[in-house]
Amino acid sequence: MPTTYLEAIREGIWEEMERDPDVFVIGEDIGVYGGAFKVTAGMLDRFGERRVVDTPLAESGIVGAAIGAALMGLRPVAEMQFSDFIACAYDQIVNFAAKCRYRWGAAVPMVVRGPSGGGIHGGPFHSQNPEAPFIHTPGLKVIAPATAYDAKGLIKAAIRDNDPVLFFEHKGLYRRIKEDLPEGDYTVPIGKARVVREGKSVSVITYGAMVYVALEAAEALEKDGVSVEVVDLRTLLPFDEEAVLATVRKTSRVILLHEDTLTGGLGGELAARISEHAFEYLDAPVARIAAADTPVPFSAPLEEAFLPNRDKVIEKARWLCAY
Amino acid sequence: MSVAQLATNVPELSGEDPGLARRFLRYMALMREVEDRIERKLYRQGKVVGGVYVARGQEAIPVGVGLATEPADVIFPSHRDLAIFLIRGVPPRRIFAQYMGRVDGLTKGRDGNMHMGDIKLNIVSIISSIGASVPVAAGAALAMKYKGTRNISVCFFGDGATSRGDVHEGINLAAVQRLPLVLVCNNNQYAYSTPLEKQMAIANVADRAPGYGIPAEIVDGNDVFAVHAAARRAVAHARAGHGPYLLECKTFRMTGHSAHDPADYVPKHLFTEWEAKDPIRRLLDRMLDAGWTDRDEVSGFYAELREEVDEAIRWAEASPFPDPRTLTDNVYEQ
Repeated sequence: MPTTYLEAIREGIWEEMERDPDVFVIGEDIGVYGGAFKVTAGMLDRFGERRVVDTPLAESGIVGAAIGAALMGLRPVAEMQFSDFIACAYDQIVNFAAKCRYRWGAAVPMVVRGPSGGGIHGGPFHSQNPEAPFIHTPGLKVIAPATAYDAKGLIKAAIRDNDPVLFFEHKGLYRRIKEDLPEGDYTVPIGKARVVREGKSVSVITYGAMVYVALEAAEALEKDGVSVEVVDLRTLLPFDEEAVLATVRKTSRVILLHEDTLTGGLGGELAARISEHAFEYLDAPVARIAAADTPVPFSAPLEEAFLPNRDKVIEKARWLCAY
Repeated sequence: MSVAQLATNVPELSGEDPGLARRFLRYMALMREVEDRIERKLYRQGKVVGGVYVARGQEAIPVGVGLATEPADVIFPSHRDLAIFLIRGVPPRRIFAQYMGRVDGLTKGRDGNMHMGDIKLNIVSIISSIGASVPVAAGAALAMKYKGTRNISVCFFGDGATSRGDVHEGINLAAVQRLPLVLVCNNNQYAYSTPLEKQMAIANVADRAPGYGIPAEIVDGNDVFAVHAAARRAVAHARAGHGPYLLECKTFRMTGHSAHDPADYVPKHLFTEWEAKDPIRRLLDRMLDAGWTDRDEVSGFYAELREEVDEAIRWAEASPFPDPRTLTDNVYEQ
């Protein structure tokens, strides 16, 4: 039976909790209620209150507590009910967790995970993609899986990692994406991108839910004879620079696509790397497609205009090919 | 008598204890000597750069509390708690190296001053956003409970920190979870230039404890015996599984916020009043009055202490600066 993206995350955490008694989950409404999206459903019955810690409503407190437990050798997995609220824990993540190893050699093997992303009419505070400031924070690892297979393999890798990892799940994929997963234990390496679709004319480098937007565009473009390569970064920090440069060298035209807003987003950094290291391979300017530089609007026509979509990718790919 | 025996075998202090008094004196005097050299000598000579925060007049707090803990208890010192490092066995030479940015400092030059820790000694480094340690200390307490140990977590913070949301979040979480957390507020009445009455609209930090459902007590922070006795009650409470305990130690900051700050905003008479309550002076007077020591022994003690510190500074000055080629090491596990 196929496993959904959401179930894959639950299975990954569950298996790690079975494997390692130091792994536990902590967050708001994750115990009896099973989490706002039910990622932790059933864990309280299996693992008990000691390992499924329901907390007061306090994101900075939750992440702070996870850091403290991690410093003492445990492996906490902290849930942000919505990734938007990670802003409340910014100081703990950026100033406390990210700098411990560099400053005084202390490991913080913590995972902070939660649902991010829009397209579900969640409005300005339940739809954001808050990865950019954390990608700009040395000491953190940042993951944004697109498939059920990757979600499970990467959450397991994140839990086993000895550095603080932020794990941004796309809530629009939770129940929409499913696939058959292999039996037994597996992990997906942090820091490795994946070529989702081979192509020759244009590369789309993306991650999260935008992988599916890129694939839809690629199918449509295929009919016009435009062959699109789609690269899923999977890990945003440290991102797979080799994979980025490899696809650019192959197709010579590149679109950097993300659901996060444009200015200061990961696309800018990728564009700079491509310019520095693969300039001579380019046949056209590096193109970016991202959400508009606005808060995420609530009403459907506004949110649709805000988000990147298939047609925007198709249009940009055609422009690149005609350049 | 070991630190562990002190903390576990005697829940209440049984009257006067000359051996304990000597240990108080050792750490309080050493802390002051180390900080005086840093602030009044090395900083002025330009050998220590950056922020220098000392705790002149507040030494009884980290010493009284630190000697009430066991080595396996984790401590989160704030920036005026140098004695915690001395009590846990960090030699003064490494502290001077830390302040001078040398490789033998606890952070190998990655950070300065009191921003240091050693996880093997169960000391967690403070960060500059004051109060952030409180929820982290709550998490460390959660780990102690999770592992089924009888160890506790001890977190120091100042009066200014109590205005931060993190302090509230951390105390509340620890109270709800009944975590073994001892909270030690060094109320020195000033947060940088901000006096207490502009920090909070109540008289005591301890008054907040009922709002969290935890016990608290107010202690004369300049009486090391009182601080220590209260700390033992707090530690015993947390160790017994009764949840967090708040100690408010009333004291006074006898300096500016940091070495560059002349503290012109503090009324002069306050310095005079609190000078008379100096915790080391009070301890020495008590020891002399009780006949536990005499003036000659005290002179000898200080002469040795100064020599020890001279030697530590020489050692630290000979320690190399970090190699720039190590700049990018250990951002992540290697």
